[in-house]
Amino acid sequence: MAGEKDDHDSPANPDNQISLERQAADREHEAKLAGDLPPRPAPDHPVAPERARHQRRAPGGAGVARQETPSTGHSWDGITEYDNPMPRWWLWTFYVTIVWAIGYMIAYPALPLFTGSTQGLLGWTARKEVAVEIERFNEQNAAIQQELASVDLTSIPTNPELLAYATNAGGAVFRTWCAQCHGSGASGAPGYPSLIDDSWLWGGSLEDIHLTVQHGIRDPNDGDTRYSEMPRFGVDEMLSNQEIDEVANYVLALSNSEHDATLAAAGEQIFVDNCSSCHMEDGSGDRMQGAPALNDQIWLYGGDFATIRRITHDGPFGVMPAWNARLSEADIRAVATYVHSLGGGE
Amino acid sequence: MGILDKHKIIEKNATLLLVGSFLVVTIGGIVEIAPLFYLQNTIETVDGVRPYTPLELTGRDIYVREGCYVCHSQMIRPMRDEVERYGHYSLAAESMYDHPFQWGSKRTGPDLARVGGRYSDEWHYDHLVNPQSVVPESIMPAYGFLANRVIGSEHIAQRVRTETRVGVPYTEEMLTSAAMDFRAQADPNMDASGLQERYPGAQQRNFDRQPELTEMDALIAYLQVLGTMVDFSTFEPDPNR
Repeated sequence: MAGEKDDHDSPANPDNQISLERQAADREHEAKLAGDLPPRPAPDHPVAPERARHQRRAPGGAGVARQETPSTGHSWDGITEYDNPMPRWWLWTFYVTIVWAIGYMIAYPALPLFTGSTQGLLGWTARKEVAVEIERFNEQNAAIQQELASVDLTSIPTNPELLAYATNAGGAVFRTWCAQCHGSGASGAPGYPSLIDDSWLWGGSLEDIHLTVQHGIRDPNDGDTRYSEMPRFGVDEMLSNQEIDEVANYVLALSNSEHDATLAAAGEQIFVDNCSSCHMEDGSGDRMQGAPALNDQIWLYGGDFATIRRITHDGPFGVMPAWNARLSEADIRAVATYVHSLGGGE
Repeated sequence: MGILDKHKIIEKNATLLLVGSFLVVTIGGIVEIAPLFYLQNTIETVDGVRPYTPLELTGRDIYVREGCYVCHSQMIRPMRDEVERYGHYSLAAESMYDHPFQWGSKRTGPDLARVGGRYSDEWHYDHLVNPQSVVPESIMPAYGFLANRVIGSEHIAQRVRTETRVGVPYTEEMLTSAAMDFRAQADPNMDASGLQERYPGAQQRNFDRQPELTEMDALIAYLQVLGTMVDFSTFEPDPNR
């Protein structure tokens, strides 16, 4: 472009190509209206004489028709429609899909009749298919599942084959059904106990874990569920706010946390009177009642003053569903073994 | 070529084209939809499915209002991996009183067809208030405001009556006691024998442990009933349905 006198209508400038072509088309159109059509320039490719419909295109043409395409005879406002044949591969694929559809209708349930639909020669149903698939897996695992469900629970960790199966299967069960509360790494969340430490609410032996998974904790729908309820000392006005402050400080003192010594001293007698029957006088807790130990640094809801105060005031308690209605005995034993193997098992 | 050459007639008359198109769509509709209403093997009656209690129905309205269906489906498909993860595959009859049904296929979150009883009420409360507090990997938004929205029973009878207009068999007795049932289900101190009689298996609890009856109560009550109505220990699937 440099050196040209005027860039804007120079034919040498590629930027002007479009507008130049448009101007040429306009001139041609005007000439056509005036009845004075200038001869068109020769096409890039030689134009073959008209040939019959459906004739093959020249090979290697890459979609450029070399013959003059015949018209369908349709004409709207002087615009005519080319009669281009469908590509052969497309047409044949289309025919094959029609044939396939007929075969499919014969083989599978398809046509509605008066009382039912055609069932198809293969006799396929979605329910049958999933039942067969489930049966296939159950059969493959039947031997070891049966062994797992029938052996003495405590012997599972000493049987390497069972242990390997139970930890793997139990891990899958855990990630499907347990991880939402206890975390995918089993480290818990505020209000949902960690399963990887040595602090257990209801016991950390294999039997204890097994029973907890089977019947849950405070499950309203299971009669054998583990049950206990911490009183709502504040809500039900069993203790005054002042007393709750005092006993909360005493609980902080039990676990050697930062606390107000005067309030804690006043809270000792309140603790002995109200809390020690479940949490024990030394705050070591009671697994028979699921009462957590208060003399360590492991907290279910949190170890700060505000949380301990809230727990004493509201008396919340967690609920774990019973799993014996949803999981098989083998699955329950597997997940109990898995949880037992996480590090805190006793 | 006879009749095939006459397509120009349809192409040149817009009204005729419209009538023809309508005719084709009608035939397709009749063949595809009408048989579902009379074919025996598309209709399965299942024991245990009952209409929602007034509180559950309200929870369902909140579920729809908050667009839970945008991320959660309610249909367990008949595939082994789905059955392993969520429980028995869903039956059409289980959503027979859903207007509209919440099946869906968009699973940004997990399927909820059988979420009832799977988690505790506390978990649902904690999870709705702050999903990441219990499931750190979750991308679900928080719905804590539901716990602050107190709801009354003054319109519940009309709401239940609306369901009867679309064919849900609420009885006259259910309609007259709708307001009472609504309050009783979320208040363990109220007598629930009538509620149990009218809606077998209805769970009566203070779902959010707050003294007020809130939208949180209603939503948790709804979530806790999902997929629990049919007893699958006695259910015999008919393989041809």
